[in-house]
Amino acid sequence: MAARLIRKITPAARSGTAQYSSGVRRVTLIPGHGIGPEITVAVQKIFEAAKVPIEWDEVDVTAVRGPDGKFGIPQKAIDSVNANKIGLKGPLMTPVGKGYRSLNLALRKEFDLYANVRPCKSLDGIKTLYDNVDVVTIRENTEGEYSGIEHEIVDGVVQSIKLITEEASKRVAEFAFEFARDNKRKKVTAVHKANIMRMSDGLFLRCCRDLATKYPDIKFEERYLDTVCLNMVQDPAKFDVLVMPNLYGDIMSDMCSGLVGGLGLTPSGNIGKNGALFESVHGTAPAIAGQDKANPTALLLSGVMMLRYMKLLDHANKIEAACFAVLKEGRVLTEDLGGNSTCTAYTEEIIKNLC
Amino acid sequence: MSLISRNVFRALVQGSQHVGKGVHTSAVNPEKNVCLAPHSISTLQSQVSKEGRIKCTLIPGDGVGPELVYAVQEVFKAASIPVDFESFFFSEVNPTLSAPLEDVVNSISRNKICIKGILATPDFSHTGELQTLNMKLRNALDLYANVVHVKSLPNVKSRHNNVDCIIIREQTEGEYSALEHESVPGVVECLKIITAQKSERIAKFAFDYAVKMGRKKVTAVHKANIMKLGDGLFLRSCEGMAKLYPRIQFEKMIVDNCTMQMVANPNQFDVMVTPNLYGNIVDNLASGLVGGAGVVAGASYSAECAVFEQGARHIFSGAVGKNIANPTAMLLCSANLLSHVNLHAYSKMIKNAINKVFQDGKIRTKDLGGQCTTKDFTNAVIHFLDHEV
Repeated sequence: MAARLIRKITPAARSGTAQYSSGVRRVTLIPGHGIGPEITVAVQKIFEAAKVPIEWDEVDVTAVRGPDGKFGIPQKAIDSVNANKIGLKGPLMTPVGKGYRSLNLALRKEFDLYANVRPCKSLDGIKTLYDNVDVVTIRENTEGEYSGIEHEIVDGVVQSIKLITEEASKRVAEFAFEFARDNKRKKVTAVHKANIMRMSDGLFLRCCRDLATKYPDIKFEERYLDTVCLNMVQDPAKFDVLVMPNLYGDIMSDMCSGLVGGLGLTPSGNIGKNGALFESVHGTAPAIAGQDKANPTALLLSGVMMLRYMKLLDHANKIEAACFAVLKEGRVLTEDLGGNSTCTAYTEEIIKNLC
Repeated sequence: MSLISRNVFRALVQGSQHVGKGVHTSAVNPEKNVCLAPHSISTLQSQVSKEGRIKCTLIPGDGVGPELVYAVQEVFKAASIPVDFESFFFSEVNPTLSAPLEDVVNSISRNKICIKGILATPDFSHTGELQTLNMKLRNALDLYANVVHVKSLPNVKSRHNNVDCIIIREQTEGEYSALEHESVPGVVECLKIITAQKSERIAKFAFDYAVKMGRKKVTAVHKANIMKLGDGLFLRSCEGMAKLYPRIQFEKMIVDNCTMQMVANPNQFDVMVTPNLYGNIVDNLASGLVGGAGVVAGASYSAECAVFEQGARHIFSGAVGKNIANPTAMLLCSANLLSHVNLHAYSKMIKNAINKVFQDGKIRTKDLGGQCTTKDFTNAVIHFLDHEV
């Protein structure tokens, strides 16, 4: 009886969350710390002006002491993301070496966000030494070097375990190929170090090869991590979609942001089985917090990625175009981009450009 | 003429022992250095044979390695440099022809110096071994410190100018420990080992090297925010060592931030010290900034011997036999080798010749946008060798 009841309830709950077609959707909003609240407000303003049909469900994820005595994400935040299945998040502060796991990591684990997607594209108006960068890094997000399993065997000897599983590798490889197909990309490059870590990276590589056979329309190539580093700075146009294990993804994605102008300009999305969390990956910049100097571009573009994920393509394109136009014009820019405008002025300029 | 200069060299070799002695001892403190001088003479005598010639182990390697090594031999011949090579074919991809590891190790530990092309490391081993031949050689000789000096070349167009940083990489532990197992099918664990002893050793090496080279800053590259114990240990070792060198500025940087800074603003870096894998990444990245794998020289040091090899290790298999690889890196390696054994004038002769070729700008290999062959480049270097130096 109980089982039947539950079965009755669950589909109802699912249909409640899958509001893809019907009107206004709820999105969990995690403003974060430092400059987080300011840039979140900027994004909210722009979204409102563009008449995006979403309703924000704002939650705070500052760590609280749970019933087990450990610090963790508040239950309310977990419930909100679980219900809405989609979220937008500002930067979170992780105290270094304070004994608790980074909140970012906890969120990833909690919602099983297995793939991190970071598109890096050269922007008009942002001058860097590298032109025509257009790569997407897809990073396995749940295991690898970040499994968090470490121990000191004897004094002064530490072993850290890098965990690679077939399941997670296949999952991220499949995501990469699907992503490439959906976004009309031509090539997927698996980045690995299987010549050194023959079993673990070997397994990851084999999974990518397996999946590649199912996507004959997308070109597949394998490259060593060091070769990719070398070639990326020489000729970024050689690469398209990159798929890799956790640590390499972390390094490559930040490096690629460096090519196009830094973390303040690159969006990021974490995709999971039943939900997605979009975030800006820059720091909390406590030095300029509250001074209306922060640059909301990364969070805004993450929001655009989120709209695309929600299939609100028109709104996404409109906001993205407005943002790019302001950057290209270069008249109203925040200080980090060499301008002298405030965050508010930049936001208003983008709203003006929405048409 | 060459006879005179050779005699001058012999005098130089005996006169200025302490100058070229390995980094490990010389930079630590001057008094110690003096008392070590007799020891260094004895080590040097082991490689200097009766006729005053120096023996050097040579490993051509895979891919374009043999072509590059041939270029070095040609230049040595033309400059009549008193070095004899003891050549070993050593390869993992061609195990039947490869010389046994022990022979190579014996030769290098006897000669104390080696010049080495790049060894290919396949993704799997036929015998199911996890260690690559490179790792075995490094472990057997305890070549713990890899030093890559990335420096912009004159007249070579690249996005950044005046890059000049030294990357020092621990290369006997960390991710390259080859300890992996499949717990259940589809689940693989790979161990990364960090020890206090080796971390301190490389940190000391880095600071000593910085002192010796007159550098101002050492940056430790880590990921201790995620690998709190492992990289934390490495970082603590570096911090501890930094306290002993108050005149060298110390800085730490997370590896992802480091790569981002490296591509945007490489001039901020001076000496960098890294665990194994991050070193590999940063080496390659930095090499990419100044012109690629063909122009950056590197060296691996143990307490006893030095192996000179390219900074960014790629076999460049696509160019094998095409005579298009850039021999600059290998020639720079050989020049470094010569200065390591106190043949400073010869070393300078080769370096000057390479610089002149670049300044001249007519002879460029394909990787730098030219159309010339390896042979052309080598001949140009030979042409510019100035025997009067």
